Amino acid sequence: MTERTLRGEVAIVGIGETTYYKHGKSPDPEFMLALKAILAACADAGIDPRKIDGFASYSNDRNDPSRLAAALGLPELRFSNMQWGGGGGGGAGAVANAAAAVAAGLADCIVVFRALAQGQFQRFGAAPPGGTASGEAALNAPYGVMSPAQRYAMRAMRFIHENGIEPGAQRAIALASYHHAQRNPRAVMNGKPLTAEVYDASRWIVEPWRLFDCCMENDGAAALIVVPAEQARDFAKKPAYLLAAAQGSEYRNGARCHNAPLYATSSFTTVAPHLYAMARLQPADVDVVQSYENFTGGVLMSLVEHGFFTAEEANNFLVPENLLAPGGKLPLNTSGGNLAECYMHGLELQVEAVRQIRSESTTQVPDAQVSMVISGPMVTPVSSLILGSGETL
Amino acid sequence: MTAATYLRPGLPIPVAENDGLDAPYWEGTRRGELMVQRCKACGNWQWGPEWICHKCLSFDMGWQKVEGRGCIYSWERPWHPVHPALKDQGPYIVVLVELPQAAGIRMLGNLVGDPRQAVRIGAEVEAVFEPHNDAKPPFTLVHWKIIGAS
Repeated sequence: MTERTLRGEVAIVGIGETTYYKHGKSPDPEFMLALKAILAACADAGIDPRKIDGFASYSNDRNDPSRLAAALGLPELRFSNMQWGGGGGGGAGAVANAAAAVAAGLADCIVVFRALAQGQFQRFGAAPPGGTASGEAALNAPYGVMSPAQRYAMRAMRFIHENGIEPGAQRAIALASYHHAQRNPRAVMNGKPLTAEVYDASRWIVEPWRLFDCCMENDGAAALIVVPAEQARDFAKKPAYLLAAAQGSEYRNGARCHNAPLYATSSFTTVAPHLYAMARLQPADVDVVQSYENFTGGVLMSLVEHGFFTAEEANNFLVPENLLAPGGKLPLNTSGGNLAECYMHGLELQVEAVRQIRSESTTQVPDAQVSMVISGPMVTPVSSLILGSGETL
Repeated sequence: MTAATYLRPGLPIPVAENDGLDAPYWEGTRRGELMVQRCKACGNWQWGPEWICHKCLSFDMGWQKVEGRGCIYSWERPWHPVHPALKDQGPYIVVLVELPQAAGIRMLGNLVGDPRQAVRIGAEVEAVFEPHNDAKPPFTLVHWKIIGAS
C-alpha cells in the first residue's frame, strides 16, 4: 500500500489581500472584498481568474462559492467546501481540504479565502442581542461568559496555574507581533509601536488577558491559490509546497460546559504529532512560525504543543529577542499577525507563511525553507500546516 | 425581586433546550437542587448533558442530585463589558468548579463576594442558588461561594 500523504502533492502559487481596515471601516461590502482578494491572488499567480474551479473556507464564511463562481463567470465549479466549526481554528484546515481535493483530482485550481466586513455584520467580541440562551450558551451567558476571550480565558488561566507561567511570557508574544508590524506597511498597527511599559499599564479585558493580549477585529479579505505540485513551476512566483497539514482535537475536547478532560491545552496535543509525521520534520527544522493569536495565552500553549519548548521552559524561552525576525530562535508572527497586522481570521497568517518561503516578507527570515502556520488555538477543531520551498521536497 | 443578583439584570435568560436534553438540570435549580447526568448502565458521571454515555454508549442516562460542593479548577475576571447589561457592572468573577463527588465533572458559575478578591485555584466552594423569579420564564442560577466566607 502506498503512503497516504499530502506531502509535496500541492503548492500555493498565488496570494492576495485587500487593504486591511479597522472593523466597520471598509468602504466595500464583504462580498466585494472577497472578490478583490481572489482577483489579487490570481494576479499574483499570473493566471486568468477563469482557471479557478473550486473554493474552500471556514468559520461559516458568508460568501458562498456558487455566488462567487457566478460572479466571476467561472466555466465550471468542481469543489465547494466549508470547514465545520472552530472559528479561526479552521484556517489551515481549509487549506488542507483544498489540498486534499487537488491531490485527489477533484479540482485543479482551488481558492482558499476568508472575508470579513464587521460593519455590515456582527462583531465577534460583542455579545449577540437576544432574550434567551439555550444549550451551551445557557450554561455560560447568564454568568457573563459570552465573548471568545471570556470563553477561553479559563483554559489559559489553568495552564498558567499548572506551569507557573509569568506575565512576561504572554507579553513577549504581544511585543513580537507589534514589533514586526512596524516593518509592515499593510499592518493596521503600523506606526503604533508597543512597549513593555504600555503593555503592563493596559487595561484588563478578562484576567489573565490585557488589551494587548487580544486580537484586533478588522475588515478585509485574503485569498490563496492551491494547485497540483507538478504544475507549480508554471506560475509567476516561487511556489510554496505543502509539506503537511493536520486538523482536529484531542479526546472529548468538545465536551460541553468546559468539561474537556485535557482542559489546559490549545487543542493541538494530538494534532501536532500528525503534522510532524506527515512532514517528516522536527520542531528544530521549522524556520519561521505564524501562530494564530486570538489571545496570547493560546499562542503560548500552541508553541508548547508543537514542541518548540516545554511548558517548564516557557518563561525563559518567551522573551522578545527569541521571537523577533530575522535573528530570533523562533521568529513568530512576522507580519504582525492577528494582534497588529490584521485579524483576517488567520488567513493573513497563511499568506505571510507563503511570503517567507518566497523571501517576500517585510521581516524576512534569511533563507526560510520551512514555514509553519498554527490556526485558532483553544477552539475545536484546530488545524496547522507546514509549507516548504522546492528544496525541502 | 428584592434580593440583588450577582450580575445586573438584562443578560440572556437561560431556557432548556427545545429537545429537552437539559430540562432536568434547569428544573432542579428551581428546587435548589444540583442535578447532573449519571449513566444507569455503567455509573459514569457526565456534564454537560448529552443523549448518550461517552463511556459505555448507553442511551439510558439518568439524573442524580449531587451535593453542591467542589473546588475551584480555574477562574477568570472579566472587566470589559461585552453586553449592554454589563456596561456599568465593573469586574466580576467566573469560576469553573470541579466536583470530586461526581468524578470531577466541572460546573461554571460566578464566585459571590468581592469581585476584586484574590482567587485561589483549589479553594473549596459551595453552591449558592440565585432565583430570578420575576424573569419570564423564571430561572435559577447556580453560583459558588468560598466555604467559610461570610
